[in-house]
Amino acid sequence: MTLGLINANPVVHAKKERVARTEDPHADDAVDPLDIYDFVRDIRDPEHPYSLEQLSVLSEESITVDDKLGRILITFTPTIQHCSMATVIGLCLRVKLKHFFPPHYKVDIKVSPGSHADEESVNKQLNDKERVAAALENPNLRQLVDECLYSNEL
Amino acid sequence: MESFDEGFELKEIQTLEGHSDRVWSLAWNPATGHSGIPLVFASCSGDKTVRIWEQNISSGLWNCKAVLEETHTRTVRSCAWSPSGKLLATASFDATTAIWENVGGDFECVSTLEGHENEVKSVSWNASGSLLATCGRDKSVWIWEVQPGNEFECVSVLQGHTQDVKMVQWHPTMDILFSSSYDNNVKVWADEGDSDDWQCVQTIGESNNGHTSTVWALSFNASGDKMVTCSDDLTLKVWETDNIGMQSGNGVPPWRHLCTLTGYHDRTIFSVHWSREGIIASGAADDAIRLFVENNERMVGGPMYKLLLKKEKAHDMDVNSVQWSPGDKRLLASASDDGTIKVWELATL
Repeated sequence: MTLGLINANPVVHAKKERVARTEDPHADDAVDPLDIYDFVRDIRDPEHPYSLEQLSVLSEESITVDDKLGRILITFTPTIQHCSMATVIGLCLRVKLKHFFPPHYKVDIKVSPGSHADEESVNKQLNDKERVAAALENPNLRQLVDECLYSNEL
Repeated sequence: MESFDEGFELKEIQTLEGHSDRVWSLAWNPATGHSGIPLVFASCSGDKTVRIWEQNISSGLWNCKAVLEETHTRTVRSCAWSPSGKLLATASFDATTAIWENVGGDFECVSTLEGHENEVKSVSWNASGSLLATCGRDKSVWIWEVQPGNEFECVSVLQGHTQDVKMVQWHPTMDILFSSSYDNNVKVWADEGDSDDWQCVQTIGESNNGHTSTVWALSFNASGDKMVTCSDDLTLKVWETDNIGMQSGNGVPPWRHLCTLTGYHDRTIFSVHWSREGIIASGAADDAIRLFVENNERMVGGPMYKLLLKKEKAHDMDVNSVQWSPGDKRLLASASDDGTIKVWELATL
């Protein structure tokens, strides 16, 4: 019974192999996109027991870093155009990154162009820090986010 | 007014630590800083507390005099002192607004205003201290009348914004209320008739040179005939109206776009505050504070306001609030996501 699921039959892709990293990750403070990708690829989708990587919601190309300005931009692609979970995915990314990066990094999170019916409103909401702060104080949303971040059911 | 030219610096007086989460907002007590009364301000935070800071007259430095806690159960988003400085109102994501009274140095919560469906985002007292306004995520603006015995009666619930309302601010002399919103608009509210009937008398939006994204804050100049707004669209806008004290009962005069200050901040501008002597301070998500003044040597077609100075890296993270102090000195306080408050002095080089 799939009633209630927004996207009942998502396409699932294979996980990519991890790139073995030989250099000391603490050698310098520079942040590179692959570091970020490695950090967020295993976030679980809010609806399915698959990771954002497996559902191609995220890829390495969806992350750009301007180290000089300290800016990180993540674009993700919801599995369907009317995905009401897009804001939850955005919250997950924001919470996860907060624990990883020096606080002076500025993180922008967007859906990739053309990937969502309400692209503009989703993007505005994801980048309004007051709304983000309020959402993360909401126990139900917080629980949903935590389940996506800490679930081992992949 | 003195003309401002080059030769100013924003000198850091003190960094205040104590909050354990981002500091959203701060408010100077308007009844302090003169007649020998030390300057006092309040700050509020994602740590659910409000802190009261008082200047030590001999050292000139600030100390935390009180921590107001265990009343709000979620983020305290904004705070505002009554004009007399006796009451402090605090607006919280817990859907309530608390009223605190200073009783012999201790702050007691004397009233809790309930009614908003969810997060309250801003609170403001009118010039006489007889009315209080609140706004929030439920898209509404509430007007409360102050009754004897610290009772507050809701006299109007104003609907009109189509998204959450970020800030309410009363005009500095008239009972006219301004609200700014995630819907990109600023709305002007007034009680024009004999009845207690508050209405939207003007909507300042994109079609009349308004902002193209969330309007986070607004502030008035000392005489109340100009207003500045700041936005997620990375601009500040200055608005003017006919001399507001001269109106003869023909309703509220409309506000007109005067100019747009663009190309300065490169991330969301969260806060703007106009000093008594005409300096506009702005704080933004680019961690910087900027000061603007009227451009007195303006060429035809040149900018009406010019940058007096910018303080890059004023904080380690977003600057959420900038507020000029009362009193004689040019003091500015700023609150940040980095959990600190800084007090600055605008000094001549």
